[in-house]
This record gives sequence, structure tokens and C-alpha cells, in this order.
Amino acid sequence: MSDVAVTKGTLVIDVDRCKGCELCVDACPVDVLSMTVIERNSMGFQYPLLSDGCIACRACAKVCPDYVFQVWKYDKPLPVDTDVTGSNDA
Amino acid sequence: MPERLIEGSEAIAEGMVAAGCRFFTGYPMTPFTEVLEHMARLLPEHGGDCINAESELEAIGMVWGAAAAGARAATGSVGQGLSLMQESISEMCRGQVSAVILNMSRGQTDYFQATRGGGHGDYRTPVLAPVDVPEAAELMQLAFHLADEWRNPVLFYGDYYLAHVQEAVDVVARDFGELPPKDWCVDGTSGGTGNSRLVSPLSQTKTDLEMHGGGYGSHLEFTIARMEAMEAGITPMVETGYLEDAELVVVSFGTAARYVRYVVGLLRDEGLPIGFIRPITLWPFPHQVIAEAAVRAHAVAVFELNNGQMIDDVRLAVNGRAPVHFIGTLTLDASGFGISPDYDTERLQDRILNAFAAQHSEVAS
Amino acid sequence: MTTVPTATPPTIPARLVDDFAPSLIRNEAHHLCPGCGEPIAMRSIAESIEALELAKRTISVVGIGCYTGFSSACDLDTVQALHGRAPSVATGVKRVLPDRCVFMLQGDGDMVNEGLQEIIHTAARGERVTAILLNNGVFGETGGHMTATSVIGQRTKNTVEGRDPIQHGFPIPIANLIAQLEGAVFVARGAVNTAANVSRTRKWIQRAFELQMQGAGFTFIEVLTMCPTGWIVETTEAPDYLNDNLAATYALGVLKEPASK
Repeated sequence: MSDVAVTKGTLVIDVDRCKGCELCVDACPVDVLSMTVIERNSMGFQYPLLSDGCIACRACAKVCPDYVFQVWKYDKPLPVDTDVTGSNDA
Repeated sequence: MPERLIEGSEAIAEGMVAAGCRFFTGYPMTPFTEVLEHMARLLPEHGGDCINAESELEAIGMVWGAAAAGARAATGSVGQGLSLMQESISEMCRGQVSAVILNMSRGQTDYFQATRGGGHGDYRTPVLAPVDVPEAAELMQLAFHLADEWRNPVLFYGDYYLAHVQEAVDVVARDFGELPPKDWCVDGTSGGTGNSRLVSPLSQTKTDLEMHGGGYGSHLEFTIARMEAMEAGITPMVETGYLEDAELVVVSFGTAARYVRYVVGLLRDEGLPIGFIRPITLWPFPHQVIAEAAVRAHAVAVFELNNGQMIDDVRLAVNGRAPVHFIGTLTLDASGFGISPDYDTERLQDRILNAFAAQHSEVAS
Repeated sequence: MTTVPTATPPTIPARLVDDFAPSLIRNEAHHLCPGCGEPIAMRSIAESIEALELAKRTISVVGIGCYTGFSSACDLDTVQALHGRAPSVATGVKRVLPDRCVFMLQGDGDMVNEGLQEIIHTAARGERVTAILLNNGVFGETGGHMTATSVIGQRTKNTVEGRDPIQHGFPIPIANLIAQLEGAVFVARGAVNTAANVSRTRKWIQRAFELQMQGAGFTFIEVLTMCPTGWIVETTEAPDYLNDNLAATYALGVLKEPASK
């Protein structure tokens, strides 16, 4: 975890492609990925959720066998806990 | 062009080059080795590539790749080496890969291998069996044409006798007609376009099937339909002689047929009503010609230098309408793969006359 | 933890640094197991081809295994080979089209069991092709059986108690064998169990293609991949299993490279 709490980027997660392998969770160096507990995707798998603090390092995309992630880097890092609701909602 | 006295292996190699073959590979084995030597000499002179394969398995694999990349490609071996290639040959049929494969056989004992195919599954390969060196130089070119016309491997059945006999021949390039464009080959240029090409024994394109879940079954059915179209579309080639009033028809193929043709001619000169049939395409087999001749003649004899292989196809063609006698034999010299003692017109004449006499005594009784 | 929305791209200013899949891989689901390492390796291959702008000059030759689906899913001109036979097929392709990038994609069962002779001869000949080995130490497609590269102690369907050298012999370090052949000019062994390994392996794959296009000789990249199904471990344990077992037997790194850079 970085000293200064910023979020440098975000992900678009193709939830229905995920097969619940959880490789992304361990690969993430800032531990911002966690798997759903109850929710399942259309294939029946748990899938990852993203928290604040993504540093757009692409580790998740590199290790994902199912090409679930699209990685975006913000032009300007945001302080953690910035309300980004509505910024990449449908 | 003046004719030159050259051995069969050289004429075959020149025939390949005349057909535009630009990739050849092989593993030395008697009596195929000289073809490889001639191709190693000729292909670089014509902008082609001839390499020693480290095994027959790799030879057929290299031909598969070269053909998929658009070249007229060929390999060969002896029956024993063709045995090693069977998986690939059968899959090249499913993969619609055009190529020519030579069997410079140690005799006539590979008829089953050539026509039944030692590979797995429902598949067919056209088989061409020349009688002499000039016909070999021609049929070799036809082989490439058929391979491209049907997108299929084609087998060429030669042997030790053919390889080493020297005859006067002028190898000229033959044109067997127009062919469809080779737009199925891969050359890399379709990469990244969304329409990249696939040469595969498992499916026809990248998007038509999924290998898992039933798609492969429809590819096998597609292959069977292709085999049937090929069988219907290739007119069996056959040479016949003296059939009109023949009371015995002698069937033989390849270099042995040269002796049958000659001996039957001698016997005709003496007034004996004997004819001959020489299948040139061992597949598709000239069933109809043989059936009609058998019905008219009432007796058939099969001369082949093995323990009886083509006779199965003759019997299928005749279908019980006339007796079919085996007058051939497995015949070997001391080496087991050379010029055998039954390449002998007197011995052959005895065999044919015995068959003729036996037929007439049966008829008389 | 509060989670952030991830359904659509951000509307605040941002740039895309990694798309779902490389453009050369058709963006649809594949049938490989959860946690399979092969698509991870495939991504590196596709990214390298794209980075070198070789897509329109590349022909892939694919073997038979779980990864065979990539002969359809990858948008490159492809020849599908039989089990073990990709090196000879690739040789034929390269001899006819010497200015193309030609690479083989094979698993360990394909390359080191069935096709051991072919890969060694192709390397010895110095064919200017690139071999990429997806090595997970099992025959994945048939359900997880021992191959020539299964490591000592590895449990598979036919080494249930673990590979025992007395009964089952020793694994073949194929990249090390290939590195001894003069025809092979660049040989490296990577892995896809961590992001760092993925990055390193990607660089080596790209270097191999570059060297091929320079006409340097035969190039070989072995990629250790996870197979949690064949290894009978959880998907989350597979990266460590790879590190502790496969990478412990087969050292990662560049095994051979050209003298001058």
C-alpha cells in the first residue's frame, strides 16, 4: 500500500468472462481486488470487485487467463475515497 | 527434344520439377534414395529447396507445411517409410492439403497400403501406378495436377524395377488444364484482418466450427462428401488390350504389367484369345472396365508380385460373375527388395497358359 | 471495503493502458479451465506480434492440446499440425516463405513426448523459426497425465503418489537440451505465475521474434504455465505450486543468447 492514499486508475471488469480463479486478487500489489461472496456471474462464478487505490499497474490484466480486465489510468490521480460513483456507471 | 537414356528415378525427379515442384524432402531408403539424390541436385537449379528429413515422419510434416504455404511439395519413401507417414497422410486428406507422395516400393507388396490406406478414418488418396519410365514422368506430373485439383494427397506407386531401369525418355512439361486458384494457402497476409486463414484437419475455417461439441463430426462428414466427389470426379485410367474376343483376361499393374502386356501379345500372335487389363489409377479402380471384360471373357487371372492384394479389388469388380484366378506370387531376390526372378516372360507365359488351360478344361467338362 | 464501479469506462479523464484482449485474439470466451496459464502466455505472444507489427507477415503452427483452440481464436494465418509435428510443418512453411515470421505453439506433451525428435532436429538445423512451449507438466486435454516434463513428486492421474524416478524416470529439461545445440541462438525459460514473470517472459518472446526476423537462427521460449486441474490444486495455489515445483526443477531465465547485442 502506498503512503499517500491515491487512486491512479480504475478497471472495467467483464464480469461474465470471469471463471473465479482469483489469480488477480493475489497478483494485485495494492490489494484492491476482492472476490464477490454471494453474487455470481452468468456462468455461476464469483468475480472480482475493485476498491479504491488502484494504481493502474496492469498486474491483474497480465495474469488474468480470461481477459476480464480493461485498465484505465487517470490523467490525474485522485485521493482515495473520492466519490467516483456515476463516473463509470452504466 | 531428343530422348535421353536415363534411369526411372531421374525421370521421376525431372517430372516433378517439370510439374513445378519446388519443395522436396526425404529420408534415404532403397530404392527411393536416388529420387532424393536427383531432387537434391535439380531443385536448387530451379529455385527450389530439397532437404534431408531426419525421419519419414518429419518428411511428411515438412511437405504438409510447404504445401500449406502454397508450394507444390512432395516426399517419398519405400512402403516401410510410408507406413510411418500414414497418420499424416490421412489427416492431410481431412486438412485438404495437396501433396504428392511417392512409394518407390520394394515390389508390388504395398498395394493394400496404397489403396486401403494405413491411416485412420474414412479417407481416400488417388493412386497412380506407371508401367515404365516414360509413363512415370507423365504420371508424376498428373499427380501434382490431381493433388491441386482435389486438394488432397496423391500417391505415386513406383518400385525398384522402375527406379533403376534406364529407358529413352524426353521429359516435357505437360499441361493438364486449368486449376482453381490456391486461395486456401496461408502466407501470413491475412493476419489481423479478421479473416485470417486456417489449414487444419479439424475444421475448414477459423469460424465455422468449434472443435469441441459436435463440430468435428460435421467436418468428418464434409470430408466424406469430398472423398465421394473425388471418386466420382476422377475417371479411372486403364490400359486394355485384345479384349474383344478374349476368353481369359489377365489383370496386372505397374512394372509387372509390362511383362503381361508383352506375353499376352506373344500369345495372341499364336492365336490364343487372351487379353489384358492394366489399371493405371489403382484408386479410383477401373471396376467397370474389369467387370465388363470379365462378363464377356468368363475368366480372369490376376498377376501381381505379392501374395494377392489387387486381386481383392478385381474380385469386387467381377462380383462373382466369373472365376478370378491368382497367378501371381511373392517373388524375391536374395536382398529381398531387388529385381525378382518372376520378372521373366517364360515363367509368366507358363502361368498364363496354365490359367488358360485350366479355364478351358473346366469349360469342357 | 467500499467498491468502485467497474461496469463501464471512466468518464473523468483517463487513458486506456490495457484492453481486455490483444486485438489478435478474438474477444470471446474460451473453454480453458479457471486459472489456466496458457491464455496468459498467448496474450504475450499476441502482444509481441502486434508490437513488432508482424501480424500480416506471421504464420503460426499450432499443435494439439488444450491450447489448440487458439488456432481458431487467434487472428493469424495458421496451420494446424498433428500432435508433436509442428516443428516439421513449420520447417516446410519457413522454407517456402522465408521472409515470414513462423512460430510453433506446442504443449509439453506435444513437443517433449510425441515430438521430441522433431524439435531437436529443427533446432539443430537452425531453422529460422520460433518454438514456444507451454509447459505445465501434464497432458491437460486428456485429463492430466504424466508427460516427459512432469517433475519429481508431481501427482498426476497416472502418478497418483507423485512421480517417482525409479518407476517413472526423470523429467526432461528441454530448453536446456535445446540450448546446447549450435543451431539454437536464443533460448529462454519464462513463466506466467506472477505479473513480473509475465512481463519478463513477454520480453523474451518478443526478442525471439526479433531475432527470427533478423535471420539469426532457431529461437526457443519455454513458458511454465499453471494447470490447477491437472495438478489437482486450487487455482489460487497454482502460482505457488508452479514456483515451488516446476520452477524449482526448471530454472527460469535466459539460457542462451547471441554474443553481440
